[in-house]
Amino acid sequence: MAEHGVAQIWRKIKSMYNIIGNHCTTCNTYYFPPRPVCPKCRRKGHLEDYKFKGLGTIHTFAIVRQVPEDFKTQAPYVMAQVELDEGTRLTAQIVNCDAEDVSIGMRVRACFRKITEFGHGGLIVYGYKFEPTMKVTGHKR
Amino acid sequence: MKKRVAIVGVGMSKFGELWDKSLRDITLEAGMYAIFDSQVSGKDIDAICIGNMSAGRFTGQEHLGALAADMGGLGHIPAYSVEAACASGGAAVRQAYMAIRSGEHDLMLVLGCEKMSDVNQSEAMRTVGVASDWEWEGLFGATFPALYAFMARRHMYEYGTTEKHLAQVTVKNHKNAEHNPWAQFQKAVPLEVVMSSGMIADPIRILHSSPISDGAAGLIMCSEEKAKQFTDTPVYIEASTQASDTLALHDRRDICTMDAAVVSSRDALKKAGLTVDDIDVFELHDSFTIGEIILTEDVGLAQKGQGGRILDEGITEIGGKYPVNPSGGLKARGHPIGATGVAQIAELVLQLRGDAEGRQVDGAEQAMAVNIGGTGATSIVHVLGR
Amino acid sequence: MVGIIGYGVYIPRYRIKTVDIADVWGDDGEAVAQGLGVFEKSLPGPDEDVATISAEAARNAVKYAKIDPKEIGAVYIGSESHPYAVKPTGTIVAEAIGCSENMTCADFEFACKAGTAAVQTCMGLVTSKMVKYGLAIGADTAQGRPGDALEYSAAAGGAAYVIGEEDPVATIEATSSVTTDTPDFWRREGEDFPSHGARFTGEPAYFRHVEQGATNLFKKMGTSVDDYDYFVFHMPNGKFPVAMGKVLGVPKEKLEDSLVVRHIGNTYSGSSMVGLARVLDIAKPGSRIFMVSYGSGAGSDAFSIRVEDEIQSHRGEVPTVDDYIARKTYVSYSVYAKYRRTIKA
Repeated sequence: MAEHGVAQIWRKIKSMYNIIGNHCTTCNTYYFPPRPVCPKCRRKGHLEDYKFKGLGTIHTFAIVRQVPEDFKTQAPYVMAQVELDEGTRLTAQIVNCDAEDVSIGMRVRACFRKITEFGHGGLIVYGYKFEPTMKVTGHKR
Repeated sequence: MKKRVAIVGVGMSKFGELWDKSLRDITLEAGMYAIFDSQVSGKDIDAICIGNMSAGRFTGQEHLGALAADMGGLGHIPAYSVEAACASGGAAVRQAYMAIRSGEHDLMLVLGCEKMSDVNQSEAMRTVGVASDWEWEGLFGATFPALYAFMARRHMYEYGTTEKHLAQVTVKNHKNAEHNPWAQFQKAVPLEVVMSSGMIADPIRILHSSPISDGAAGLIMCSEEKAKQFTDTPVYIEASTQASDTLALHDRRDICTMDAAVVSSRDALKKAGLTVDDIDVFELHDSFTIGEIILTEDVGLAQKGQGGRILDEGITEIGGKYPVNPSGGLKARGHPIGATGVAQIAELVLQLRGDAEGRQVDGAEQAMAVNIGGTGATSIVHVLGR
Repeated sequence: MVGIIGYGVYIPRYRIKTVDIADVWGDDGEAVAQGLGVFEKSLPGPDEDVATISAEAARNAVKYAKIDPKEIGAVYIGSESHPYAVKPTGTIVAEAIGCSENMTCADFEFACKAGTAAVQTCMGLVTSKMVKYGLAIGADTAQGRPGDALEYSAAAGGAAYVIGEEDPVATIEATSSVTTDTPDFWRREGEDFPSHGARFTGEPAYFRHVEQGATNLFKKMGTSVDDYDYFVFHMPNGKFPVAMGKVLGVPKEKLEDSLVVRHIGNTYSGSSMVGLARVLDIAKPGSRIFMVSYGSGAGSDAFSIRVEDEIQSHRGEVPTVDDYIARKTYVSYSVYAKYRRTIKA
């Protein structure tokens, strides 16, 4: 037995910290989170770990105002589906940007943030969020 | 030989915040009403199947099958619950359909129930959230309304669907619920009120969202031969289908389409030997109003992208070409998760019997229910006829 | 020779103006700002802490250095606001930047000089060939008790330095330290906010240790103020380093470029290291930099640094200190209080 949720998070730290998914060399599809089996090729698939570049565009988004308890200090916050440049989508918070400036198609880059805490004395969960590309992300805009 | 399956009784508890009633109370209530409605007696029931999403988290109680058999005094019959998130009720109906159709059971009590108000809002949100891909969506802060907002925003972006369309579904469904005695909100709500209600996950407002509800629904289902012993007006299940899609919304081919609903509704019509124009009344899963808009497209009531615009034409109102959610839908009837799929069938049975009173679709002969789990990862479709 | 292979900083987006803090406590904001030499300070977002700030700074440093993070043999993070009392910040950061599992790591604490202590440790490991590269980080999300003088300056930010021997962008010519037991500032276990000795933090603490550190290193090197183009001193506020410069006879213009404290406040373990980064952003090859950090408790680490030609082929890879200073959003005191969790919710 482990402290609530700790092992569950620990198992995915590599993926959560660095967007490590996998790539099926049979059908040339990228997966995030990593898939145990390529859903397109199944047993014919061949999966290799792949670290995504962490760049993409906003496919859709929501400004979350009715927020879970652990997101209270961040309300309202922006959640988005980000389409990574490799063609895979994931769900992440958008930070370093005012909600009214977010739009579909906006270029974003992965950054490293605190996702949640398991209570006051509990585990701190870290992982990816995304921010608009700008000068401090090493981009023109 | 496969048997034809009939529904001979329906029962509902009131839907709403039922402070004075427990999960046991409402589940028993719905079951008893279904039994009374069908004229069967307890000893005729040879199995119980319950749709429930998360009694363990909402109330701390699991093992609902045995609980129901015990509460109902139904003895040693087999009893179990099934889970498919918000489609748990539909899954229970489908399990019973298959059991009876195969001849394994002859007459079953089907229940759907959820008691959501015994936990606080935060815990309720957390529990509903596990119907999404919790590890990769919910944990990161994507609430359920946020996921439906993803669909709504993209639908607006691609097809020009408007905020007004999102609100029109609410207005229609509340108007219908005025005449549904079991509905959580038996009252109409003006468009302006919906359009100025609080944002919960832009562009989704609180009045685009189904509520937190307590409630239960029950059906007595049996073989065609058995049905004739109890009623002259059985309603038949002409098709029962189910389809799946990726658990996470971000893995879908297209977030403006629920492929599982496209597949399961098409298969259901094919099995029933009908076209969508043969269906007189629909119950479509409107946990959020964008859900109804998308499903009207996916089931074939509107071209892709036109699900918003058909609301302007009124064709999904009672009296329209394709009446959708005469019960008030999840929005106005309430959405006690596990009960919803069963309540949809209960409503359609009343419609086909002509017992739906002020919300009756005249002369309804064929009906379709679409029950969605999560953000579209499960779709369960039933086609009923009389 | 051992030196800086790459460096990177991170400063959170949020700022609060000194006048807005002063308003809450009935102080004269303009006077406080002028007196302290701190006009606004950075604060972390609600989802930022020393681990996230360190990871972002370290990602910049590794990119600047153009090295494979798997070649980093040691990760040391100096801070007095590590997210966990027990459990290293360094493991989080090492994983986040893609280090090898086969390396050493520990968290450092020595008030505001824990980061420069990490630099010295890395220098030792590199020079003794125990590691190829060492990563030394100084970062803090400093807390001042609401209403306390420290609230005007306690800020958030950090800097990461990759220390190695091959082709450094700046050589660390020498370093020396001063350490005494001087309790000018502390935070007891379990306390939310630090306590300090008010004016006692000045003369017997900051000034004595920084001056002695500087004098020692000048003597060791046989150098004087005239041999250096830039000076960087720990910046608890805008006033102390300037006063220190006067005492040591440092011309104003040699100190000016490092005074990031005016715009972002005191980033504690990050303070002198961010100041150094600002100088490295602009210094010409051949320039010499003299830095003295200070940590309460108390001690100072002095460094003599020489900028190499190599720096020219690394600039422009990552955002500069000024880029981060310019990227800002102001918040009100109430939002600041919420983000810093001084409102009990």
